[in-house]
Amino acid sequence: MEKTKKISGAKLYRRYLSIHVRSVMQYKASFWMTTVGQFLTSLNMLLGVYFMFRRFGSVKGYTFSEVLLCSSIMLMEYSLGECIARGFDTFPAMVRKGGFDRVMTRPRSAVLQVLGSNIELTRVGRMTMAVIMFVYGISHSGVHWSAGRVMTVIFMLIGGTALFCGIFLIYAALCFYTLDGLEFMNILTDGAREYGKYPVNLYGKRMLQFCTFAVPYALVQYYPLTYLTGRSDNLFTMFLPLLATVFLIPCYLLWRVGLRHYQSSGS
Amino acid sequence: MIVMKNICKTYKVTRRNAGFKEAARSFFRRETETVTALDHVSFTIHDGETVGYIGPNGAGKSTTVKILSGILTPDSGECLVDGRVPWKNRIRHVAQIGVIFGQRSQLWWDVPVIDSFELLRDIYSIPPDTYRANLDEMTELLGLSEILRTPTRQLSLGQRMRCELAASLLHSPKILFLDEPTIGLDAVSKIAVREFIVKRNRAHGTTVILTTHDMQDIEAITRRIILIGKGKILLDGGLDELRRGGEDIDHTVAELYRSYEI
Repeated sequence: MEKTKKISGAKLYRRYLSIHVRSVMQYKASFWMTTVGQFLTSLNMLLGVYFMFRRFGSVKGYTFSEVLLCSSIMLMEYSLGECIARGFDTFPAMVRKGGFDRVMTRPRSAVLQVLGSNIELTRVGRMTMAVIMFVYGISHSGVHWSAGRVMTVIFMLIGGTALFCGIFLIYAALCFYTLDGLEFMNILTDGAREYGKYPVNLYGKRMLQFCTFAVPYALVQYYPLTYLTGRSDNLFTMFLPLLATVFLIPCYLLWRVGLRHYQSSGS
Repeated sequence: MIVMKNICKTYKVTRRNAGFKEAARSFFRRETETVTALDHVSFTIHDGETVGYIGPNGAGKSTTVKILSGILTPDSGECLVDGRVPWKNRIRHVAQIGVIFGQRSQLWWDVPVIDSFELLRDIYSIPPDTYRANLDEMTELLGLSEILRTPTRQLSLGQRMRCELAASLLHSPKILFLDEPTIGLDAVSKIAVREFIVKRNRAHGTTVILTTHDMQDIEAITRRIILIGKGKILLDGGLDELRRGGEDIDHTVAELYRSYEI
């Protein structure tokens, strides 16, 4: 075969995405029901926050719309992360069914192929809910929107999505050893989504430290939020969410180590 | 050329007795046993050869194929496929091989076969001319023109296997690994698959390594067989040398298994 230019990873990912869109269109009813289901499930989150505030009025100085802003951004990040990295979330099944052997026999990076194997478009439902909450939060929180604050939100979305992708990547990497799913990892994904409704400093200093240095949720949530809501005018906090993307590096290294331990599963 | 030299591979297997109590015990203290899948396996396969790799279940056939196709790393030994170490330079290696697992599909389930082919074209970065030529050739030889627009999930097993063959050859691999390609197929499909593999080998000089339990596959496709049992190569020779008298090949192989006590 003559030497030809390899098509780029981004382009190949778009091709995978296109296959998923075409597949989804084969099952219209299933797609819509799941999407609506996702939408209604996330309604829980809104109600939870709503009733909390009806009872207490404010939580540690945060208003209802400020918390809504926080939780909606977290929910968006989570939905995006789950949509993109769903392949890692369902990775145990892939290993058990031998689908990963197929990945290994194709001349592209394993990460790219696993990502491409499952792109969860039904998360649009959750995303829609998050956008509604976000819009309400914006219009009622009294945030003075400047270019810097808009950038902060964009950085938060990038950093947070990367963070959730990283956690899903860890989850998949551990499967190389266990060949099975690890439910405790859900604390870091679903758990974070739930606790992340409120700025993490609410949970005390220890928790804030954990969320700053171990799994850096606070970098995409608490710190930039203080800037957004005018509690701090430290420009540095605006860029902290981007720092959270560095979290992907140790996750990727763990994956690489796991890959070397891959044992396949029967014939 | 494929050279395998003293390749060894072991797996850790957990064991326990039957029953709930034993299950609970093994949850805390696991007894693992090391099972040898491959024990100093060595052979050489030249370009354009057709080799049947046979042996009973659990003999180490799949493990060998997985090592040669870069999926698994052996514990020790050397292996070179056209000068490449499969597990060290996976991406460069797998671009030059085709692999078919008879029991698993490589096609996307919900989209027409042609969509899968086009995605494979992008994954392998196949040049448009090569892709067109291969697709046309395969469509004709395998009679795919009717089924290319059908979603994979609606194909019969025979139709699907024909598509799998085409999918593994779109990038013109020099070596083709076939792991039980005729399993579950009806007589017509089996013959079609066999004839196609033979033609491909003759026309393109593709090296074919076939593992199967169907001795008629072996008879129709391969010239040479390698017999593996309990992780060791027991026999390596021409198909003709194997046959004794006029007995059919199934009996010959059963006789062989018995004589090696595998």
